[in-house]
Amino acid sequence: MTDQIDVAIIGSGPSSLSAAIELKALGIARVVVLERDPEAGGIPRHCGHPPFGIREFKRVLTGPQYARKLVATARLVGVEIRTSTTVVEARPDGKLLLATKDGVAEIAPRRVIYATGVRETPRSCRFITGPRPLGVVNTGALQSTVYLQDRTPFERPVIIGTELVSFSAIMTCRHAGIKPVAMIEANEGVTARWPTGLFPRIVGVPLHLGTRLSAILGNRSVTGVEVVDRAGNHRVINCDGVILSGQFTPEVALARCGHLAVDAATKGPVVDQYGRCSDPCYFATGNVLRPVETAGWSWNEGRQTARWVAADLAGDLAPVGAEIEVVAADPVIRYVVPQRLSLAAGSAGMKHLQLRVTRRAKGTLVAMCGDQTLWKMPLNARPERRILVPVGKFTAAGKPVKIELKFIAE
Amino acid sequence: MMPDRKSSLSSTLFDVVVIGAGVVGCAMARRFTLEGARVALVEKACDILDGASKANSAILHTGFDAPVGSIELDCIRKGAEEYRQIHQDMRLPLDAAGAYVVAWNDVEVARLDTLLEQAHRNGISNATLVGQTVLRDNEPHLSDRALAAISVPGEALIDPWSAPYAYLKQALQNGAEVFLKCEVTGGGFAGGEWQLETSRGVLNCRQVINCAGLYGDYVDQAVLGLSDFLITPRKGQFLIFDKAAASLLQAIILPVPTARTKGVVVCRTIFGNLLVGPTADEQQSRDEASTDTASLEGLMQAAIRIIPTLADMPITATYAGLRPATEQKEYRIIPRPDSNWITVGGIRSTGLSAALGIAQHVFAQYRDWGAAHEPLPDPRVPQANILAEQSARAWREGGQGDMICHCELVREAEIRQALTGPLAARSLAGLKRQTRVTMGRCQGFYCSARLTELTDGHFDIPLAKDIKHD
Ligand SMILES: Cc1cc2nc3c(=O)[nH]c(=O)nc-3n(C[C@H](O)[C@H](O)[C@H](O)COP(=O)(O)OP(=O)(O)OC[C@H]3O[C@@H](n4cnc5c(N)ncnc54)[C@H](O)[C@@H]3O)c2cc1C
Ligand SMILES: Cc1cc2nc3c(=O)[nH]c(=O)nc-3n(C[C@H](O)[C@H](O)[C@H](O)COP(=O)(O)OP(=O)(O)OC[C@H]3O[C@@H](n4cnc5c(N)ncnc54)[C@H](O)[C@@H]3O)c2cc1C
Repeated sequence: MTDQIDVAIIGSGPSSLSAAIELKALGIARVVVLERDPEAGGIPRHCGHPPFGIREFKRVLTGPQYARKLVATARLVGVEIRTSTTVVEARPDGKLLLATKDGVAEIAPRRVIYATGVRETPRSCRFITGPRPLGVVNTGALQSTVYLQDRTPFERPVIIGTELVSFSAIMTCRHAGIKPVAMIEANEGVTARWPTGLFPRIVGVPLHLGTRLSAILGNRSVTGVEVVDRAGNHRVINCDGVILSGQFTPEVALARCGHLAVDAATKGPVVDQYGRCSDPCYFATGNVLRPVETAGWSWNEGRQTARWVAADLAGDLAPVGAEIEVVAADPVIRYVVPQRLSLAAGSAGMKHLQLRVTRRAKGTLVAMCGDQTLWKMPLNARPERRILVPVGKFTAAGKPVKIELKFIAE
Repeated sequence: MMPDRKSSLSSTLFDVVVIGAGVVGCAMARRFTLEGARVALVEKACDILDGASKANSAILHTGFDAPVGSIELDCIRKGAEEYRQIHQDMRLPLDAAGAYVVAWNDVEVARLDTLLEQAHRNGISNATLVGQTVLRDNEPHLSDRALAAISVPGEALIDPWSAPYAYLKQALQNGAEVFLKCEVTGGGFAGGEWQLETSRGVLNCRQVINCAGLYGDYVDQAVLGLSDFLITPRKGQFLIFDKAAASLLQAIILPVPTARTKGVVVCRTIFGNLLVGPTADEQQSRDEASTDTASLEGLMQAAIRIIPTLADMPITATYAGLRPATEQKEYRIIPRPDSNWITVGGIRSTGLSAALGIAQHVFAQYRDWGAAHEPLPDPRVPQANILAEQSARAWREGGQGDMICHCELVREAEIRQALTGPLAARSLAGLKRQTRVTMGRCQGFYCSARLTELTDGHFDIPLAKDIKHD
């Protein structure tokens, strides 16, 4: 059948497009990208600043330039990109229900790749005290308002958080003539990697470390925020908006409301080292796997996932069978991905497991199987930084066991 | 007194002016219009349902636990019955979920018998006692700490906003007028006519019905110079869990009620989420419906105690509503025949269920005073917005434009529609209530930008301003 779709990819961000391009390069006939927005490209479309594209194109691009280049490349190699197409249901065996401007339609591709990315958690998930005025937004909403609509929701916001994206928020503000009055971080240090920590001071945004947001003020529009410092002193910072930056979460509604297993730690789909989900028709790649990595990292993941999907279509990927289950069994360990490791021989999957910690952690990472210690390794980590552990350390167990990761402080 | 032509808001002498477009005022305007009266509804906010009616649990109660013989019980029963009669024609959703009043300890188990007796005395004859096994079979996700329950099959879930919108739409389509951003500030009664002073000018009418909800006592004070009750707002906070959680429950899980509150409920919503709440805390402010971290964390604990698997479910939304509570539990429906005035106050925690019944009750009172109108022979029947998860929503159809809100699947045409007509949304809150836009799990992360464009020029407080590049 010529109209059979080989691979449908949900989402059109960097991980999707690199997977699609690679699938075409591997000779897969029909690759379709499904994007709910009117334009393809994913999050970078509204990140109006550099650096993007270094790994992929060996050039420094802005987000929108990078997104356009990926889309153009995908189209050139014959990837079908369907925009304004929302996947509303993902059903067993890869059947997808689509909503388009013309109504609903069903497709039944041979394989599906989830590449739906991450978003920042909204105010509701953070249980913030106060009324619910206008002007409380995530960085993503601010970026798309500024870069795609040439509008701004406020003039003097406070920025909550110091992740990388918080600094993108500052750059977005600068572009729009918005003057943030403060940047607030509950921890004692800036979350993003040095030397970005200097950045807010350079551009004149006062940075308050060890300071927590305790309430948002204002009934209709934001009039201020109440913050608490280390000593427990409360004070009010006057402002007309709040940017809730970072604290990412995978956009995984389809899987959660559908039939795929979702990991309580990453909040993304449970996958094995091939990115294969609990229904083996589905794969997942890019930031939907875990919060959060850069565009370049996601792009690279997409490319690799394409190889495993192509291998699967060719019958070269071992079917799901005996598996090792890996569990983060300590509050310090925020998540681990993949959560399962297939023991059947087949093409090589991910080389590393990715871990993150919830707080500054210096000590020893221990892998346990029941009471038995399998191995130990030193760990010196900070939140929101990637930790990589070779897959071989786990598969060496050789049999389908449950491996629990624990942490012993120094 | 002759009305001052210049400051007059309308040259019509209305039969009835209804003050306040909460669910009660909307139902009131509809009932009086259908009975043939010339009706004006005045509302101080720019969108309707901006007071107590903006946030509730959206349960259509049976009245099983209402005080025996109360006006409240009578109105709930009549209101729920009328809702069931009109819902299909008006396209209003009704999820016949049924409820379990669950006992979690021996003290509560002991109280079930009395409660069942009360339910039967209130006419809810199909309420029955169920044991742990039945409960577990029907609600497998409920914690095993649930010991026994009363089953109340008649408790149902409805759309808290589309219903009152539809009531008011029906009033408007059949001749009523609505004045928004119009605050009643005073007035005078002479010769059987009222001259109501509002922020937009004077309105003349024969009869006034005060449905000002959280401000019911203020309005009586401002216009009549007296009030028989004092409103002390009782705040209720809520958690809304992701749609994935809705499959964890069939029925509405109610606690054994206390005198003060119906307690924390867990139920699906008509929009396909799972709701946990409300709390009950008295406060002075009649406008500030704020949430607080400690209460939300408390609700989270309560949710997990009732359904343990909720521990891994993400939160979609948090919000709070204010109940217009007074010194008494009973509604404060006060007819004042000497001044052609009826106060409909203190509609505390059952107003959504009772609104249509309250309107019947108040109209009967008014008719008893001798007012004579011809009921409309063939009234127009509007169609409510289709927002319920299980209904034939617009996203399934072609020709509705882009998907704007990805979480709640709201199309461009639905938003444009809500921005037109006499009840056009003038605020994001109003637009949310008419379309559900931004009310899903991302809370505006993906759609805020498009919304600034679509709502440009429509809102009193714009969502965004143009950037001035130098
Ligand atoms: C606000 C924000 C700012 C960021 N800034 C940077 C930065 O400056 N630099 C950087 O390197 N990284 C940044 N990131 C990280 C970002 O996640 C990655 O850059 C990259 O975009 C991840 O690619 P992806 O393919 O996994 O997903 P995304 O780029 O997020 O793409 C996912 C796509 O899936 C679509 N989609 C989702 N659900 C459906 C559905 N049901 N049907 C159809 N389509 C669907 C979405 O519309 C979206 O287009 C940022 C992330 C956010 C949230
Ligand atoms: C937490 C919570 C949970 C609830 N759960 C349920 C439930 O599950 N089922 C149920 O049946 N009920 C429930 N209720 C109760 C229900 O929401 C209320 O009984 C109902 O909304 C009261 O409506 P109202 O029209 O009397 O008041 P309001 O909604 O307050 O309406 C009054 C209107 O008058 C306007 N107004 C005030 N002053 C003036 C003035 N001077 N001039 C012009 N306009 C004025 C206001 O702006 C407002 O719009 C709940 C309530 C709360 C708070």
